[in-house]
Amino acid sequence: MLWTMQAALFWLVLFVPQLIVFLLVSEPPTWEVALLAATGAVGLLHTAVEPSWRYRVHRWETTPDAVYTLSGWLSQEWRVAPVSRIQTIDTKRGPFQQILGLATVTVTTASAAGPVEIEGLDHDVARRLVVELTNTTQATPGDAT
Amino acid sequence: MSNPWEAPSGLPAAPEATEPRSEWHRLHVRMLVVRPLNEGVTALAAVFFLLFTGDGEKWRIIASSATVAAILAFSYFVWRTTKYRITDERVELHTGLFTRKQLAVPRDRIRTVDLTSKPGHRIFGLSAVRIGTGQQDVPGSDGLTLDAVTQEEAERLRVLLLQKGVAPRPAAEPGEETSAEPVEVPRSEVISQLDLKWLKYAPLSLSGLVAIGALIGLLTNYADDFGLHPVQSLFEWLFEDPSVGVIGASAIGLVVAGLVLSVPIYVMQFWNYRLTREPDATLRVQRGLLTTRSVSVEEQRLRGVDIQEPLLVRAGKGAKAVAVTTGLGSKGESNLLLPPAPIEVAHQVTRDVLKVDDDPTTRTLRPHPFAALRRSLVRHVVPWVVIAAGLAVWAPSWAWPIPVAIIPFAALVGWDNYRSLGHALDDRYLITRNNSLVRSTVALQRTGIIGWRIRRSFFQRRSGLMTIGATTAAGAGVYHVTDVGEADGLLLADAAVPDLLRPFLAEKSTED
Repeated sequence: MLWTMQAALFWLVLFVPQLIVFLLVSEPPTWEVALLAATGAVGLLHTAVEPSWRYRVHRWETTPDAVYTLSGWLSQEWRVAPVSRIQTIDTKRGPFQQILGLATVTVTTASAAGPVEIEGLDHDVARRLVVELTNTTQATPGDAT
Repeated sequence: MSNPWEAPSGLPAAPEATEPRSEWHRLHVRMLVVRPLNEGVTALAAVFFLLFTGDGEKWRIIASSATVAAILAFSYFVWRTTKYRITDERVELHTGLFTRKQLAVPRDRIRTVDLTSKPGHRIFGLSAVRIGTGQQDVPGSDGLTLDAVTQEEAERLRVLLLQKGVAPRPAAEPGEETSAEPVEVPRSEVISQLDLKWLKYAPLSLSGLVAIGALIGLLTNYADDFGLHPVQSLFEWLFEDPSVGVIGASAIGLVVAGLVLSVPIYVMQFWNYRLTREPDATLRVQRGLLTTRSVSVEEQRLRGVDIQEPLLVRAGKGAKAVAVTTGLGSKGESNLLLPPAPIEVAHQVTRDVLKVDDDPTTRTLRPHPFAALRRSLVRHVVPWVVIAAGLAVWAPSWAWPIPVAIIPFAALVGWDNYRSLGHALDDRYLITRNNSLVRSTVALQRTGIIGWRIRRSFFQRRSGLMTIGATTAAGAGVYHVTDVGEADGLLLADAAVPDLLRPFLAEKSTED
């Protein structure tokens, strides 16, 4: 699967804002330099550790009955939604995801709090998943509230 | 289908040619006066200010009459461009002058009907109808609201819209006084009614203080408009000559005023409070002295009850009950089932509403592990320690003892918070209790759970805890079981909705 690519994506997402911070500051006072250095160090450490950690944690699975994800790194969160309660299925591709050929599939239930997001899927896998979920959802009766 | 884009012509009330039984209705013509009354009060104040401050120069009179005319014209256009109809399948609403908006709601998706009459409405015998569907409220959008129709028409709509599987009666003659046909008054079963003894919970609910805050905010706003800056001058005055006496006296004054004010507020909000079960399988809450509200909830859609006990009310052995249901926002407390009242009444209401012999919220709750106490204490105390440290470094020396003084109370709250934690499961409901300041015990129907969100923060993982969120279409959308032991929590989730979590549990246990 494409977990390595996703890690790279997180790298980019995290690196760019920091780069901007580095570039924007000119003639900084000492405390600002210290802050900058600290930001840089923490940022580097974070970018080195966080994506792979997140990548190690992140997993998803669909069964004919339910969709399941685990995400996060320091705080981890499982989300489970039964297929019979699915309301909508969206696919979303940000610019980075398009470059890397990835997509995010969002599965929404009737609850305002329960969207299940599967991030960083290979685009083809995402498409297949959406079709598959749509079919199983349509086959399930009820208005899903 | 009529053409909704066709500009209405001729007499204001003239209906367009439509298929039978689905004529377009307009909002009531009295709305011309009521809308300015309800919404234009601010503008009117400005008008009076304009009129009476000057020496009656010509421009003042012209400006103020222009304002009045503009308000009237605006409400005329709103009235003119708004129409609704009820067909066999849908409720449709077309509205808007510059931006035309068409709303259609399938009738079998209607879950709640909310009738509100503000004082302005009541003078003219009108009522605003808000129709709620299973959809979650999007902030800022009102859903489908008819503001306003006559009270009889509103009542007719309420009965009509909540009747399922019954062919709608032919719509009444279009135009004025649509409810020429008699609205039958069905017998309804009263579940609970306002008891004047409940008034003792009014001061405990702090609503008075909130009201004073709102009032001060409003007054400052007006004062600012007129070029005065009372808050600023007050602060200047205080800081120039800080005296404990003045501050203490005003604080006490505030509290007393709050206590006194809270009683009329309670009366205003909950006067004539009645919770009834209507024959068409809906629960109906009616209340209000000046602004009357009637909220009807389809009983089938009720997913549970939330018993809320704000700290002070809890001290007085009181509670309020809130419905966990789809189609109602929490906005304006429209989901309220019972105002602050004795806890026994709350339990009785819960029993009757859920049609069970034994209130699920009185179940013995399973306490959470000791580690949860530690987490709770840390969560409540640490922020104050941080604030104190921050103030000690950066603020004048008098500031830091204040958060330090708060720490013991924070610790107490943390301890109480831990004591509140608990969960239980019976054959129909998942019960969970959370929080200290507003302790809330939720009984959620197990069939209403449509998924899980299980969260473990870094510290929770270290102490073997997890927070389980049961997602649902109703109410807040997710109800948490906070800081439960891992094994306990997973067992609970698995037992509450069998087979949903099971396939994934094996994976989880190998995970750690």
